Formats: sequence, C-alpha cells, structure tokens
Amino acid sequence: MLKNYFKIAIAVLRRRKFFTFISLFGISFTLTILMVLTAFIDKVVGDNYPDKKRDRLLYINRIQQKGKDNMTSGTLSYYFLSHYTGMMKTPVKVAISSGFSGTNTYVNNKKIAVSYKYTNAEFWDVMDYDFTEGRPFNKQQVDNADHVAIISEDMKRQYFGDVDLVVGKYIEADNVSYRVLGVVKNVPVTSYMFFSDIYLPYTVSKADYKSKSYGGSYMGVLLAASKDDVPKMQTEYENLMKRVPVESKDYQHLYSHAKSFFTSYVDTGNEDTSGVFIVITAISIFVFIFMLLPTLNLVNINITRIMERSSEIGVRKAFGASSKTLVYQFIVENLILTLLGGIIGTLLSVIALCAINSADLIANLELTINFTVLFIALLVCLVFGFLSGVYPAWRMSKLNVVTALKAQ
Amino acid sequence: MIRLQNIEKVYRTDTIETLALNSVSLDVAKGEFLSIMGPSGCGKSTLLNIMGLLDVPSKGSIKIADRVTENLNDKQLAQFRNKTLGFIFQSYHLINDLQVLDNVELPLLYRDTTAKERKMLATEALEKVGLANRVKHFPTQLSGGQRQRVAIARAIVGKPDIILADEPTGNLDSAMGNEIMDILINLNRNEGTTIVMVTHDENMAHKTHRLVRLFDGSQVQ
Ligand SMILES: Nc1ncnc2c1ncn2[C@@H]1O[C@H](COP(=O)(O)OP(=O)(O)O)[C@@H](O)[C@H]1O
Ligand SMILES: [Mg+2]
Repeated sequence: MLKNYFKIAIAVLRRRKFFTFISLFGISFTLTILMVLTAFIDKVVGDNYPDKKRDRLLYINRIQQKGKDNMTSGTLSYYFLSHYTGMMKTPVKVAISSGFSGTNTYVNNKKIAVSYKYTNAEFWDVMDYDFTEGRPFNKQQVDNADHVAIISEDMKRQYFGDVDLVVGKYIEADNVSYRVLGVVKNVPVTSYMFFSDIYLPYTVSKADYKSKSYGGSYMGVLLAASKDDVPKMQTEYENLMKRVPVESKDYQHLYSHAKSFFTSYVDTGNEDTSGVFIVITAISIFVFIFMLLPTLNLVNINITRIMERSSEIGVRKAFGASSKTLVYQFIVENLILTLLGGIIGTLLSVIALCAINSADLIANLELTINFTVLFIALLVCLVFGFLSGVYPAWRMSKLNVVTALKAQ
Repeated sequence: MIRLQNIEKVYRTDTIETLALNSVSLDVAKGEFLSIMGPSGCGKSTLLNIMGLLDVPSKGSIKIADRVTENLNDKQLAQFRNKTLGFIFQSYHLINDLQVLDNVELPLLYRDTTAKERKMLATEALEKVGLANRVKHFPTQLSGGQRQRVAIARAIVGKPDIILADEPTGNLDSAMGNEIMDILINLNRNEGTTIVMVTHDENMAHKTHRLVRLFDGSQVQ
C-alpha cells in the first residue's frame, strides 16, 4: 500500500514539475537558511569562549560625543577607560584591550599576516582563555613593559611550524621581538572583541597610551563579583558618565554605556538607533518571510493539486477506497513531499556550511549544524506537511463520488 | 441479483427540484446482461449510480446480492463495492499518472492482496481484454478503445459479481465499440458476470438479454 502511495506521489510530483520544484525549493531553501543562520548565531552568540563569565560581565566599547553640528563616536582611549573605571567600586576587575590590528611578519622569508592586540594584566583574569601551554603575563611584566607575548595556536603553527612547545622562544612582529609566554586556543574573528594572533602588554604599544583624549582603540570589560552586582555596576557606570565633562565646547553630550554581551556585540555606536532592535527586527522579518512563502505556497499547491484529482478520488471510491483510506493517502503523499524537501534542505545546509568553513571567509570560524534546530526544523516540516495536507484531503474525501467523477 | 423497488430520486437545488427517477422498480437476475436506453437526461446514469451505491435514492429500497445496503457505513460500503461491483465509465476515468498495470491493480489495493498477486491478477485481466503488451504504457499513450479496454480490465480484475457500464462505447467509433461489446458479451457468457449497461446504440442494446427503456425518469418498457 505504502509503495503505491509512493508511486502515485512521485508520479504527481513529476507531472507538476514546476510546482514540485517551487515547493521543494521553498522547503529546502528555508531549511538551509535557517540552519546557516542558527549555525552563525550559535557560534557568534552562543559560543562563550573566551568570555565565559558573561553573566558577570559588562562591556564598554563605545564613546559618543554629540554637538549641534558634529558628532564623534568610536572606541575609547586606554587613559579614559583606566581612569574612570578605576574610580568605580563595584567591578572586581577591569579588562582593557585594544581592538586587533594587522601587520606582517616574515618566517623564512615568507610573509605572513598577523593581527595583534594590546591588553592589561587583568584582561587574563577577566577572560578565560584556554592555555595549551605557558601562562599569561602579569601586572609586573606589564608595568615593566616587558617584550612578552601570548600567541594563538594558529599563530604558533604558522610561525613555528609543527613543534611541541614554544614557550621561551621569540616571535618577531613589526621588527620587535617578543618572548612567548603562553599559547591560547583560537578565537574566531567574529568574537572581534577578543580575537587576535598575538596579545601584547599595552605598555609596549608605540601609540601613546598615556594620551588623555577620550577616543582611542581600546575597549573595556567590567567583572562584577556576582551576577547580582551587574545592575549595580551598570548604574554606577551610567552615573559616572553623567559627570564626565565633554572634551571640547563643540560637544554638549557625552554617552558611553556598559552593556551586556549581546547588546554590546551589535552596538551601532549611535544613541538614536538601537543595534539590538535593528538586528532582532531584521532577523525576525527574514525568518518570517522565509517561513511564510513556502507555507502559503504549499497550502495553495495542495488545494489545487487535490482539486485537480477529483476524478481519481471518484474512481478510487467507486472501486472500494473508504474516505479514511483516501485521507491517509493524501497525507502520506504530502509527507513524502515535505520530507523530500527536508532531506534536500539538510544536504544543502551541510554543503553550505562546509563551503563557508572551507572558504575561510572568516578566520577561525568553524560553523557546525545545530542538531537541535535541525531536528526541530524537520519535525516542523513533518507537522506542517501533515497539516497542509489534512484539510484539503479531508474535504476531498467527503466528496460525493458522482460529483467527483463529473467534475472533469 | 439486483432488486430495486419504487426508487425515486429528487435533485434539489435552491431554485428547482428535478425528479430524476420516478418510482422505478427493476429486477436483474444473476448472470443477466441488461441494457438501459432512453433520451439524454431521462435518468439512466442516476439509476446506474444508485445500483452501484455511488448515490442514494430519495425513496425506495435496494437489495444487491441478497444484501440490504441501506445501513452500511462508509467503510462497509467501500468494502461492499470493492468485492461486488465493477464500474465502466463513458470517459474511462483512468488515472493518468499511473501506468496501465497500476491502473488495473487499483481495486486490489483496497483488499488483502500481495504485490505479486496483484500483478498476476492484473496481467490476467489485461490478457482478457487483449492488452497484455501495453502494461508499461500510460493511459495518454493509448487510443480511446484501448483506454476503455484498460477500464474493463480494471472493472473485472477483482472478479465482481456485477458490472455496471455507463455508455461504455459512447466515445468510440463503431468498430471500437463492437470490440468493447464483444468483450462484455464474452465476460457475461464465460464468467457469468451480471452486467447492466446504459447505451444509446440500438444495435448494442439488441445484443443483450433484455432492454429497459426510461423516459423522463419513468420506466416505459
Ligand atoms: N447532481 C445533480 N443535480 C441536479 N440535477 C441533476 C444532477 N444529476 C443529474 N441531474 C438531473 O437529473 C436528470 C437525469 O440525469 P442523468 O441521470 O444524468 O441522465 P442521463 O444519464 O439519462 O442522461 C437530468 O435532468 C439532470 O439534469
Ligand atoms: Mg448519463
């Protein structure tokens, strides 16, 4: 019986090639988009390496000053961050680090691109980088402006090749050589606040970290003693910023916030447009449209598809099919269609993720299928195939045989 | 085999009431080949559909193969049709998505059979109508006469006691019509199948055992 349903389902799908294509395309494409999207979100938002204590952290990565005609917005200076957060009482530690910047270095006359980043010593306490060897630099080494470096595994392999241990060896960047103190697991570049190949004490930076201007290349992360202290810490920073004078008379307002991870990740740096709102709206509209199209389309196709087959329904009933059997047949047909879409969608997702991973578009980003989401998506496919088939099938099965046979 | 008593059928729409059948009583004996004639719209198809349990009369009683069929539910009715009745329609009503063999197997799907048995019985039925060499074709690849022969094979594959044929030769030229008629006559003669056939063709009608004429919903002969 099932084999026969399968046969007729395939025959019907083949006869209506265009509609089958649209349906399958709709289902599988939606699924693929969903899988790639969730893989990204999983990795970018869900993966909490190296800032594992997120629920105790607040991120400061912008300062904005606004006047009548002009506005400046950007990352902050080391001075600003250390000076003002130094006045705060709630944070137990404050990580300060520059955004990563790129340079070149040479290994056996081969040029390699490296990114480097300056941090303070507390950075290593606030963050939970996984050290595969060695250890972070301490406050004394930072104060002495020691030429020491923490490097990523990736960097270790590229620079030193296939060796076991590299602590104590020297790595050269921008014609300065640094002693390697430790090696950490890679951070994907999408964690832009923490990604780098080489991490250096901020005191070795050539730029003047003592400059008192507000803008600079640094970001700060505040660590609270406990989760419950986070709101207090946030308010403290807000109040502190209200008292900070603007830098020049061109400006009237100064804004800087200590935000939770997600809010800070999508920060646009502009007070008037909330990044979170934009991102969430964009994702919702995207998902909604991508879910809506195949839904409507499939319901529609189902209705016309079944209507077209009223002669078949009449014949089957005349020759002994009960209404129940017919409903069953149409539902099975629909499930076959949606499952086929699901399988194609899964394959496409795997291919798309492999392609994204192997194209190395984004450094160190290893996207994987979220199996929970895949499972739920396939389940939704099934439920949905079931539902979009039930109504038309039920209606047609109730059809009087004589009417069904006449309607040709 | 079939006993109709005082069958009345009224079609009601919002504006008009049509009396399609007016107190028709009819007995068809086992093994009989009966034809029904009458002008267009006189109720022939309605009568045949009622005999085939595809439609219910407004009044009157039906007994088929010694069974009163009034109180059967959907499932029982389906089973009864499957075992007892075979239909042949003027416009064939084959399923175009299925190959000839699958079309013929259709009635067997709704009873307990294995795929092997179905294939065997369907091939046998196709041999009887002379189409054993067309099993893999699709209906659209066949001529009208061939399609009607496939439809006959489908009607007889389940070895029903009764075959109901509504103008089976209506869409065919006389040569093809005669072929179809010969198949039906042989079926009646060799297998003893009871056949009720609606036709417009006097020649065809005269080849059957008995002729019933309808006029305006009433039996006139
Ligand atoms: N579903 C229906 N609704 C209303 N009237 C119908 C319906 N089916 C048939 N009729 C009417 O019943 C009468 C008999 O129809 P039918 O049995 O098809 O005639 P025949 O087969 O002899 O040409 C006709 O007048 C037709 O218009
Ligand atoms: Mg008719």
